[in-house]
Amino acid sequence: MISTNIDFTRKRSSWWKRNQQRLTPWIFLAPGLIFFCIYVIGPIFGSLTISLYKWDGLSPATFVGLKNYILLLDDEYFYISLWNNLKWLIFFMLAVPIGLGLAIFLNQVIFGIRLIKSLFFFPFVISQVVIGLIFTWFYQPKYGVIAPFLNLFGLEGFSILANETSATYGIIFAGLYPQIAYCLILYLTGLNNLNQEQIEAGRMDGAKGFSLFWNIVLPQLRPATFLAIVVTVIGALRSFDMVAIMTQGGPYGYSNVLAYYMFEQALSEYGYRMGYGSAIATILFFIMMIYIIFFIYKMYQNEKKG
Amino acid sequence: MKKIITTLLLIFGFTFSTSYAGTLVINTDTSDPAPKAAFEMIIKKFEEENPDVTVEWNLFDHEGYKQSIRNFLNTDPPDVANWYAGNRMLPFVRAGLFEDVSDIWADSGWVDGNLSENMEHAKKSMTIGGKQWGIPYTYYQWGVYYRKDIFENLGIDVPTNWSQFLAACATLKANNVTPITIGSKYLWTTAGVFDYLNLRTNGYEFHMDLTLGKVSYTDPKVQAVFDKWDDLVKPGYFLENHAALSWQEALTPMINGEAAMYVMGNFAVAPLKEGGLTDDTLGFFQFPEITAGIPKAEEAPTDTVHIPSKAKNKTDAKRFLIFMSRADVQEEINKTLGQLPINKNSGVKEGDPFLAAGLNMLNNAYAMAQFYDRDAPAEMASEGMKGFQEYMSNPDRRQKILERLEKVRQRVY
Repeated sequence: MISTNIDFTRKRSSWWKRNQQRLTPWIFLAPGLIFFCIYVIGPIFGSLTISLYKWDGLSPATFVGLKNYILLLDDEYFYISLWNNLKWLIFFMLAVPIGLGLAIFLNQVIFGIRLIKSLFFFPFVISQVVIGLIFTWFYQPKYGVIAPFLNLFGLEGFSILANETSATYGIIFAGLYPQIAYCLILYLTGLNNLNQEQIEAGRMDGAKGFSLFWNIVLPQLRPATFLAIVVTVIGALRSFDMVAIMTQGGPYGYSNVLAYYMFEQALSEYGYRMGYGSAIATILFFIMMIYIIFFIYKMYQNEKKG
Repeated sequence: MKKIITTLLLIFGFTFSTSYAGTLVINTDTSDPAPKAAFEMIIKKFEEENPDVTVEWNLFDHEGYKQSIRNFLNTDPPDVANWYAGNRMLPFVRAGLFEDVSDIWADSGWVDGNLSENMEHAKKSMTIGGKQWGIPYTYYQWGVYYRKDIFENLGIDVPTNWSQFLAACATLKANNVTPITIGSKYLWTTAGVFDYLNLRTNGYEFHMDLTLGKVSYTDPKVQAVFDKWDDLVKPGYFLENHAALSWQEALTPMINGEAAMYVMGNFAVAPLKEGGLTDDTLGFFQFPEITAGIPKAEEAPTDTVHIPSKAKNKTDAKRFLIFMSRADVQEEINKTLGQLPINKNSGVKEGDPFLAAGLNMLNNAYAMAQFYDRDAPAEMASEGMKGFQEYMSNPDRRQKILERLEKVRQRVY
């Protein structure tokens, strides 16, 4: 009896020893994977399912097939939100070149530059909600900070956030404020790691000014640029908090984005359309997927090269 | 480890102990100072009268409550929860989450006098499918709040019909005063204007038919309401840029004397007075007549208490609802709230001209509407109010907006 027992344990421990190398990474990954499945993968399929139902979140749900998506195709506000998402993607990108410009401007050695740099970085530290609130006050047609400037242009009493065409741009502008600071810090670290020898070599070959920047400095900043674009795209797609604070999608839905429209339909004070909200979320998910697949593909290519 | 287990046991022990009979759990959204004080006082009074009951009161943030009530009614139901009358309670009634309390309304032996009689005018707004689902305890009037001093300076009398009202607006506008202030950022203020134009143009029955989805939004009667609205929007009688302002922010022009009127609920009086207006400079009048001969119905949104159907202690919850319906209790609550009691045997706080005017108006009202977003189901209300806001900024789009609302109506009902 005793001997068989020992045999058994020896066998087991040897199996463990043989596979230890292969198993260890999975054991270390397990906690993360489990939570990723419960809180990310699970809900994705959950909301895909809910999008096929008509459900108010309280009563039993009824299966309606693709009806939510058909309704979505006939929904003006959906197209407005989609269009606004596109505006966000395009104009939010301004943060990258502006951040780069500021980074180059700040990348000098003078007295007190550290303090100045940290002041420029400050907006990123402030919460988005606070920035949204402050910009709403800036935009106040009569008492806001920008009112005197608007008066200069003959736009007396013009309210940026109450106008259906300017509201989205007003919010994007407020969103740019912290995003530029983010890009700035990415580029500042990039500029610290520039290879001075290459620049010297370029100088000797007669490159200066813009051509020096374009052909020698910018290529070296590629990792920073890549990262800045990635964060900015993600920032643009999840532009929820600014919209919620500044306009709540108003005036009459014209500054809505998909993320906020989903919230409005499913979860807000008057929102009892869980199925419809999930359908919007699904569309947003697929839009993000396009981008994420592109991003992963690019990373994979880069790693193969490296 | 031992420590963790004991703490866990303590926590569970605590949650279990809260649910024994004799404990009454009340959830309310009364986080603003006056409502909070009112509930503090009323719960204390209830405990004094019922020494065998311990009240456990969960105070929620006013805005957050609208979301949390959907969760707690299902997962962790209290014994009493406050909410609003009309169609606002429909989703919960339909989902079977509110208890039918018709017996409290019917059994006159439980209360002083007959509940149905003392609160007859509010019974309709508590009824869905022929049953009553809660007890109303307070309401307040809507109407036009105006700057008395500006009216006097410009020689304007309080308007009682539509042509006088338009003339008053024209005089104000000619004197560089914005006739009507409004802040429509959160949409619902536009519904107050729409409701009154509708109640005065077509009457209460049409308001109910429309909010119950029985009439089309492209109906000529709805068009007639918008014709009247055109009278105000097209000459620019409303505050500019209202879409960027909350209702509180829209008070500022009125306090500064740049605007003269506000179609609002009585809760606007407190911040207006804080802003420096007094009983001499601030006045109130009933929304003027539009179609002669139509009996005047008023907006009077009602706050209510309900028993969740999954409540553990329904016996004491019913005692609390009966307590809340009593004339003396409603009188005390509403004196603290600065609002009007539902029970007609209750007295009203004296020396407040706005409450006196409101009480007088509501007592003579033909019927009471809850408010567009409480009479109409949530989905219809949100789209409707968005449409009203768009119309107020772009009156030319009226037809397109009404067609869209009609599409929503056909989907919702």
